[in-house]
Amino acid sequence: MAEDLIDVDESMPTNTVEEYLRMDRMPHIWCPGCGIGTTVNCFAHALEQSNLDLQKVAIVSGIGCTGRVAGYINLDSFHTTHGRAIPFATGLKLANPELKVVVYSGDGDLTAIGGNHFIHAARRNVDMTVILINNFIYGMTGGQVAPTTPLTATASTTPHGNFEDSFNLPYLAESCGAVYVARWTAYHVRHTTKAIKEALAKKGFSFVEILAPCPTLFSRRNKLGDGLDQMKYFKEHSEIKNDIDTKTASLSFQGKITVGKFVDKERPTYLDAMNEYYGKKFGDKFKPYNG
Amino acid sequence: MKADPKGVLTGAIFLDGDHACAEGAIAAGCRFVAGYPITPSTEVVERIADRFPLIGGMFIQMEDEIASSIAIQGAVWGGKKAMTVTSGPGFSLMMEHIGLAAMTEVPCVFVDVQRGGPSTGLPTLPGQGDMMQARWGSHGDYGIIALCPNSPQECFDFTIKAFNLSEQYRVPVLLMMDECVGHMTERVIIPPADQIDLYPRRYYDGPREDFLLFKPDKDLVPPIVKAGDGYKVHVTGLTHDEKGYPAMTVSAQEKLVHRLIDKIKLNADKIVEYKEDQVEGADVVVVSYGITSRVAIPAIEQARLEGMKVGHLRLIVAWPFPEKRIKELAAKVKAFVVPEINYGQMVHEVERHVAGKARVELVGHGGGAVHNPKDIYNVIKNSVKG
Repeated sequence: MAEDLIDVDESMPTNTVEEYLRMDRMPHIWCPGCGIGTTVNCFAHALEQSNLDLQKVAIVSGIGCTGRVAGYINLDSFHTTHGRAIPFATGLKLANPELKVVVYSGDGDLTAIGGNHFIHAARRNVDMTVILINNFIYGMTGGQVAPTTPLTATASTTPHGNFEDSFNLPYLAESCGAVYVARWTAYHVRHTTKAIKEALAKKGFSFVEILAPCPTLFSRRNKLGDGLDQMKYFKEHSEIKNDIDTKTASLSFQGKITVGKFVDKERPTYLDAMNEYYGKKFGDKFKPYNG
Repeated sequence: MKADPKGVLTGAIFLDGDHACAEGAIAAGCRFVAGYPITPSTEVVERIADRFPLIGGMFIQMEDEIASSIAIQGAVWGGKKAMTVTSGPGFSLMMEHIGLAAMTEVPCVFVDVQRGGPSTGLPTLPGQGDMMQARWGSHGDYGIIALCPNSPQECFDFTIKAFNLSEQYRVPVLLMMDECVGHMTERVIIPPADQIDLYPRRYYDGPREDFLLFKPDKDLVPPIVKAGDGYKVHVTGLTHDEKGYPAMTVSAQEKLVHRLIDKIKLNADKIVEYKEDQVEGADVVVVSYGITSRVAIPAIEQARLEGMKVGHLRLIVAWPFPEKRIKELAAKVKAFVVPEINYGQMVHEVERHVAGKARVELVGHGGGAVHNPKDIYNVIKNSVKG
């Protein structure tokens, strides 16, 4: 029994993020050394610092290791189908605009099968925060190549090395119209927390990419050590470059990692644009849509 | 509960079936529609897009059918009544999300204006080839309800009915129209809003501490809540327990999936609906649905003029199938004749329940047109001979 093994020291401070988590679902399913849990901690701290009404925050994820995040967060949470978190979130947000809607999913989920939804939600500027955990691989299905797998890295479906160029996700998000774009790693917990907090405060399609180690299926196969080795790598090879041209933010296998806040701008959201347009078109007959 | 008068175009109006479906959705209180254009269904969302801004509705043309079929489910959790509209190829793309809606018990409506298939097939011409897909299209086991209108009036009426059944049983309901019904223009009577009965969404109103998102009531249907109401629900397409938490066990699967099937199966007597004409004492019963039910009538009338005893059983609700009634009739008649615009779908269901007690004859048609009534007549005539 776990209780027998853990000597609880009542004088220890309580974990301040517990209220943001479904503690009745612990332990979680992520592997030792995985970076997803670290990002969840950042997300919880960002929620804590955001002073949002937690009854009005909803989290949506797709399928995969990161797709399981929704199930551990103590908010209205939706674990949907593979790649489709963003269109689900679009419906949720447009049905009830008073909700703050967060999509939290992996690189394979959001940019392979879900790539089309990602670009269109950014284009429409649907008001949502998308947190993408990039571990360069399909984790839950066993380490297959992803659209983010760097050139030459191996995966179970590219056992001789990957020959497809990978996405530069900040560039993709910006070019489609995202109003906030940042990239950090699971090593940068304070920067990540701040970025999520800023993204949550942003009106419109905000995007935070967080690089995270997948020791079980990416690092091990590519002989990169364990989770700690990957965190050291993130620490030593990251260069903070805010406000750069996202075109220059591409990632390579074991090369430098450009991190920072790249985009922070204003643009009418889907709903604001609709309300403004119809307001002009229909005059007094139109009542602004607010769900 | 009665319809909101806002948006109900009370009166007698000439409408095609697609537009009548849009009006039915509006009358039913649908205020979120996501869709992707596809012939011959597009006029439904075109009318919705035109009508929604001034009645507080949200129409969004999504990037594809897959997005549409899950955006509506997000909208339901956001508190809206929601619908998507498509035709065969789009319906195929939506199958995974019909499964999600069944698994997470999301009340929503999928309209399929059927065309000839497979594949791109006959985009502008009719078919009835999606009937088995409607029942079995998504992976795994689940219950479903599907309705088959045969006129613009029924496109209006049955869309309301689809929303009501969807709310009552927390299932996706499929409105299986076809190109002919969708594009046929006839007079549609839209009653005053206070004569349109709506089944209100069953929101949970018990004590908060007892709340379990998937704990069913006696009718096997759980009440629902909205995101933002403070229940902090977890909804997953994974097999889940009553709280909504993933439960990867044989017993959890058995409990959940069995109920998803049973809530339709055990309530089937309340859901099943068909129309009969001179079925008692008949030698042959024509079983039809959708546009084919209208095409069968001249064939049946001709046969009757010639003294043949021909009954007509028309499916209003195709799924669940009226298996009890078919079994009863199977003991009394010589044959069933099943015309459909496919090469055999619902006929299999008729055969299954007739179970060899009478002959079952398909009058198949590959799509692109309705049957020539003569073809149906000829099969009736041969069947009467026994």
